[in-house]
Amino acid sequence: MTNNKGIDFFSDRYGLTPGDIDKLLSIALEKGGDFADLYFEYRIRNGVSLDEQIIKSVTKSESQGVGVRVTIGDKTGYAYTDLIAFDSIAAAARTAGHIARSGGLTGVTGVNVSPSSHNLYPVETPVSAASVSRKIALVIESDRAARDYDRRIREVQSSMADEIKYVMIASSDGGLAGDVQPLARIGVLCIADDDGNRQLGRSGGGGRIGIDFFEEQLRPGDCGTEAARQAIGQLEAIDAPAGKMEVVLGPGWPGILLHEAVGHGLEADFNRKGTSAFSGMIGERVASELCTVVDDGTIPSRRGSLNIDDEGEPTTRTVLIENGVLRCYMNDRLNSRLMKTPRTGNGRRESYKYMPLPRMTNTFMLSGPHSREEIIRSVKRGLYAVQFGGGQVDITSGEFAFSASEAFLIEEGKITTAVKGATLRGNGPVALKHVTAVGDDLQLDKGVGVCGKDGQNIPVGVGLPTIKISEITVGGTKL
Amino acid sequence: MTPRRTFKEPKMDLSFSKQFAVDLAREAVVRGATAAEVMLRHRVEFSVSVRLGEVETLKESMDRGFGLRVLLDGKQASVSGSDFSKDSVSSLIQEAIEMARVTSPDDSAGLPEPAEMAASLADLDLYDPDISDLATEEKINLALRAEMAAREASPKIVNFDGGGFDSRAGAMVLANSQGFVAEYSGTSCSISTVPVALDNERMQRDYWYDCRRKLRDMDSPESIGAEAARRTLRKLGARTVKNQSVPVVFEPNVAKELLGDIFHAVSGESIFRKASFLVGQRGEQVASPRLTVIDDGTLPTLLGSRPFDAEGLPTRRTVVIEDGVLANYLLNTYTAKKLGLRSTGNASRGLVGAPGVGVGNLFIQPGPDSPEQIIASVRNGLYVTELIGFGVNVVNGDYSRSASGMWIQNGELAFPVQGVTVAGNLKEMLNSIEMVGDDLDFRGSIVSPTLMIGRMTISA
Repeated sequence: MTNNKGIDFFSDRYGLTPGDIDKLLSIALEKGGDFADLYFEYRIRNGVSLDEQIIKSVTKSESQGVGVRVTIGDKTGYAYTDLIAFDSIAAAARTAGHIARSGGLTGVTGVNVSPSSHNLYPVETPVSAASVSRKIALVIESDRAARDYDRRIREVQSSMADEIKYVMIASSDGGLAGDVQPLARIGVLCIADDDGNRQLGRSGGGGRIGIDFFEEQLRPGDCGTEAARQAIGQLEAIDAPAGKMEVVLGPGWPGILLHEAVGHGLEADFNRKGTSAFSGMIGERVASELCTVVDDGTIPSRRGSLNIDDEGEPTTRTVLIENGVLRCYMNDRLNSRLMKTPRTGNGRRESYKYMPLPRMTNTFMLSGPHSREEIIRSVKRGLYAVQFGGGQVDITSGEFAFSASEAFLIEEGKITTAVKGATLRGNGPVALKHVTAVGDDLQLDKGVGVCGKDGQNIPVGVGLPTIKISEITVGGTKL
Repeated sequence: MTPRRTFKEPKMDLSFSKQFAVDLAREAVVRGATAAEVMLRHRVEFSVSVRLGEVETLKESMDRGFGLRVLLDGKQASVSGSDFSKDSVSSLIQEAIEMARVTSPDDSAGLPEPAEMAASLADLDLYDPDISDLATEEKINLALRAEMAAREASPKIVNFDGGGFDSRAGAMVLANSQGFVAEYSGTSCSISTVPVALDNERMQRDYWYDCRRKLRDMDSPESIGAEAARRTLRKLGARTVKNQSVPVVFEPNVAKELLGDIFHAVSGESIFRKASFLVGQRGEQVASPRLTVIDDGTLPTLLGSRPFDAEGLPTRRTVVIEDGVLANYLLNTYTAKKLGLRSTGNASRGLVGAPGVGVGNLFIQPGPDSPEQIIASVRNGLYVTELIGFGVNVVNGDYSRSASGMWIQNGELAFPVQGVTVAGNLKEMLNSIEMVGDDLDFRGSIVSPTLMIGRMTISA
């Protein structure tokens, strides 16, 4: 026993010994290579979904596997197996090792358990261990609340998704780390229908939390009410304006701006290869001095947080942009070695089927000096955007877009009329230079974010205080 | 180079067989389910990425899994797993039945009628042994040749953001407790390259690719590389334009995204929930008479083809929009029952969960005009080559996305454009399709020729 629940899980369930792991790593490196690691994963995922006021589907999926990686220089070989047994892992290790061909030989240091540095999600009852009927009750609560909000709410879809993931990472430099990672979220979607005028509203939340979170901290009923409120509010929305204008972003989920405008462009792989609009800009001004942006994987219970990343490295808090100046890229093991910069604990992957990449955890801007009221009061004519759908970025040109789903006009310092959803677009290295006010009200999002890169989806968090941007393109229809 | 290794058509071992699927469905019924459906999936995948003449990553994998959906008097639950051991499978069956007990009865849930099931399977020629037999070295070469062609196109191509060769061979078995059991195998492969071009200290990237079920149907790596370079180079020097309302031409690679939006609007899942701007308009004119949209899952060798859908119904050809009239929704058994219609054989599912609705090969019927003629017909407008962002609301049709492309002046592509959005509403966009190109190419399962839309708002 190691006192690490992740490592103990694999040794108990599959009878793996440290000796087996050393042998497998040696097999991975038998043709050469600088480095090898084994990523073990066992995951249970559950889902409960409601539609038309009934529970239509309950699901459970179980998966397990091992991914083997061998690197040599900037080349990576990868193979995985969904059988956790010595022979099949050894076969995957040989396949991954083909990348090395006749490269330099590296010995394997016998693995030793790495000390745990964080305990960010100590949950009593993970959502995955709660009874299905308890989850059903929560989902039904959100549906009732949404329908009670307004009789024009005609359709409510609500779902709860949870998982528990056991991971263990063993590497040829002797590291052995493990973790048990709970994750859950509720999501509610409402459609309001007023005589054929149909509008959407969405809400939800979660994190690396236990079932009690939904009974005490984030009531599903409140998610239902919030989704219904948005849908009903949009019934009155007028066409969104077209053109550049002053935009105030509300706190919390609008932090997706940072994720798209700067986050992806600051992932180390793009910068090592020189394909990011931010390549070679460390030390340069990329934002107004009001902006300090951090990526922090160490906030307790958050959706984007991890005790260790998917390469076994403890997560950290990394200042990406400090008072407007670019300080640091987000790194994984490979890119940190090639770029000779410290690891930041940002090596993440969707599952054992994928090799790790530099990815975000929770990315947000720190609070500034201004109050929300004074920020809004300072705008003569602009847009106040509070809810968003997804976003996307071309990291090479820096062009990004993210879509507002709830927004209002600001006229003479007052929030006035609701406007229809519209895409906001900008350019990464430029957009944050136009930040002219930062509020004192930082909020993190409620915990529903999913980030996609190279076909891999992972949970992330974003956050923002209220901010004012002096110009950004609003993609409405009204000229 | 790496030793010659090949990957073969997945051979069914004892646990991955029609018999296993039939037994699993039967066992669920023995334990109390009123009906059960089993899907088995097996995949062998290979992927190489290259950059600047070298292999960057090499990945190989083989995986398999099973999914079980049980019904218990209209109550439904499903489970999936990848551990085929007896104990593991047995405990998942038990859990599925227990989970179904706590869900709500749903009159519309159930398996298809036995008479609807695919009786004989069409041979759609979906498997290519040439892909399975291709040596690793040859796959790497295909990827390197595409990149080399792009690099040689211009000294302004200075970098690459990716590119490679991917292939997949897979087998699927579907069985249900009413006696249906069938399987099919298929292959696919793709080549892609993502050049980065530099001019006046501004970088631009674009990409090109091909993806097919048959190796012999692939474009040559040289033509993929050259096209990727052409697409990237033409973005150099991009600028913005002023706010205005003008005609917009969508090239096929972005027109297909618009067709994807149309798919969501005609999918039975959106229709029965009234979550589509096309609800209740079957039989009505919803688009320009120039627009005909067809879904056909039976076209030999194409990526979206398969002999039966995820519930075992034969796939077929369904006219979705005919000369602008909404003719049919795309349906699975559940959504058909909800709407009082018949399934169109468009059930789709992963290992776990109730079936959803998916496409076969969804395409816009090509029109009479070449892309050049379409561009030539526009005096002042935007030719869109890339769209980013998710600003499409299928519930009410609101549409707003960030775009790049070329400005059209007096019928010619004049200069590259970036930093604008295009906005409108899908209802109006469909009705104002003025021209449909003749350049349809089945480079995927949702494909469109060039489209010209009469008017959209450009915002910069």
